[in-house]
Amino acid sequence: MDFSIHIAGFIALYIFMLAGFAGWVIIGHVPAILHTPLMSGSNFVHGIVVVGGMFVLLNASTVQEQAIGFFAVMLGAGNCAGGYAVTHRMLAMFQTSGHKTHHAKHGRAKASHLKAT
Amino acid sequence: MTMTSIAQLIIGVTDLGAAFLFMYGLKRMSSPVTAPSGIFVAGVGMLVAVLASFLYVFDVATAAKPHLMVNVGLGVFALIVGGSIAWWAGKKVAMTAMPQMVAIYNGMGGGAAGAIAAVELFGDKAPGTTQLVVTLLGALIGSISLSGSLIAWAKLEGVLKKPLRIRGQQYFNILFLLGTLAVAGYLIYVLQGASSQLLPTPQLIYVFFGCALIYGILMTLPIGGADMPVVISIYNAATGLAVGLEGFVLANPALMIAGMVVGAAGTLLTLLMAKAMNRSVANILFTNFGGPSKHKPSHIKGSLKPTEAADAGIFMRYAKSVIVVPGYGLAAAQAQQKLYEFVKLLLAAGVSVKFAIHPVAGRMPGQMDVLLAEAGVPYDLIFQLDDINEEFKTTDVALVIGANDVVNPAARTEKGSPIFGMPILNADQAKQVYVVKRGQGKGYAGIVNALFYGDNCNMVYGDAAAVLTTMIEAVRGLGAKAAA
Repeated sequence: MDFSIHIAGFIALYIFMLAGFAGWVIIGHVPAILHTPLMSGSNFVHGIVVVGGMFVLLNASTVQEQAIGFFAVMLGAGNCAGGYAVTHRMLAMFQTSGHKTHHAKHGRAKASHLKAT
Repeated sequence: MTMTSIAQLIIGVTDLGAAFLFMYGLKRMSSPVTAPSGIFVAGVGMLVAVLASFLYVFDVATAAKPHLMVNVGLGVFALIVGGSIAWWAGKKVAMTAMPQMVAIYNGMGGGAAGAIAAVELFGDKAPGTTQLVVTLLGALIGSISLSGSLIAWAKLEGVLKKPLRIRGQQYFNILFLLGTLAVAGYLIYVLQGASSQLLPTPQLIYVFFGCALIYGILMTLPIGGADMPVVISIYNAATGLAVGLEGFVLANPALMIAGMVVGAAGTLLTLLMAKAMNRSVANILFTNFGGPSKHKPSHIKGSLKPTEAADAGIFMRYAKSVIVVPGYGLAAAQAQQKLYEFVKLLLAAGVSVKFAIHPVAGRMPGQMDVLLAEAGVPYDLIFQLDDINEEFKTTDVALVIGANDVVNPAARTEKGSPIFGMPILNADQAKQVYVVKRGQGKGYAGIVNALFYGDNCNMVYGDAAAVLTTMIEAVRGLGAKAAA
């Protein structure tokens, strides 16, 4: 059986269009409070480029290709690991005054006025 | 089934899973409650995809077979070196330096995309015009993102202090970009087998990458430091796009999807940031903001009225409601913890305290939220501009700490001001305003702030941490007296 992937012309455009739309919609609902973690989170996601780097490095047949492939994997790995580390650090800090209460269901730190007593 | 097809099957399934987990993870990041699990979900996707990428060994090109063991070793080594250095740096970096750090990681992603394209070009592996065009486009965007992000880092880190501008630089930049595109066009022509050559092909590829990298530098240098967050966001989207394009060249849908999701998300985020600053993205990229302004501020009435920190602290203790407007100065003084300590005292005394965050407070949208969260401030005390701006009118005290331009009423009233039209926090409408400031200097935009001269405003000069310590002691002293 053949499981190799071939993406030609219009299929690629369809993928790009749908993925772009998905990204737009997903981010559209993020409250301003999360903009910085989100920027770094999406920065982490494009770290997937490391997989592409692995592909070219493993297929390298000259020293030049090995060197550039090595460079690609190293940078991509940095993008992944660093992006994850900072995003996780930032997000771990968010907590409510009730700590375990879930009154900010829609992600907006709206007035709950619980503390106004 | 052969090993090759088993490997292809596993890679196909894991990449599909990874693409799903990325989108699901980003979706979960849209709420503070689920956000930490969101990054974890995306992280699992990444880990699985990276591990599965080793299965490419069963499916390598014939020419690469003799080098396979070396290549695998190099891959493991590169993953460990790049990953661990970045991980260590990410754990260690101060929260205030977060924007620069994101810029670096983003540049690395762009560089990786550029490097992939370089291998494809040197190896002449890209068949057909479409593939070549896409490879070069990804290479161009990735390289610009790499060098541009490094400049952004240098500016935020303070290595590069002033925006560098030359007369007519915009035209020069456009010409340079056109020149780079011309090189790319010629490269496509040459790589398709044309024999007439000005330069040998490899040298031509070097020239192309050199031009792209230089363009990234030229494009970023004239932009002021205050606009860097938006620029980083643009480069974040650009890297996503570059990754997506290289994903197409490598026939890897996971890269295509992840890259394009980030490209679109980053674009939207950029527009949101620009909107918060009431400027267009083109205006940010091509106008000289943050430079010496020719505009003379209209005559400001009143005077600066300094007051003692202790008095201000006690006044707030007996107020009914206080809104705190924190800015980057607070973070620069590392005074978030002290601020929250003071706020807790006020809350315990029955004062209603809220934090009002301007969309561009800090050096990056949402950075102030993160800095307050780091100090332990619950996010239900934190309010965004639109949610709280009406409340200043009915609030007893607005406490402005380390913020300046985001509370400058000139944005509402003065047509000629560089920040005119920018939405601001209406701190000036509170009954009493206290401004904690290091000295009499101007804000990042270099504009005089009329708020400070208002009749209802008093200045508390000093380092934010020291001022807050005095306030805390003053309020505690009251409690002790009452108890005695």
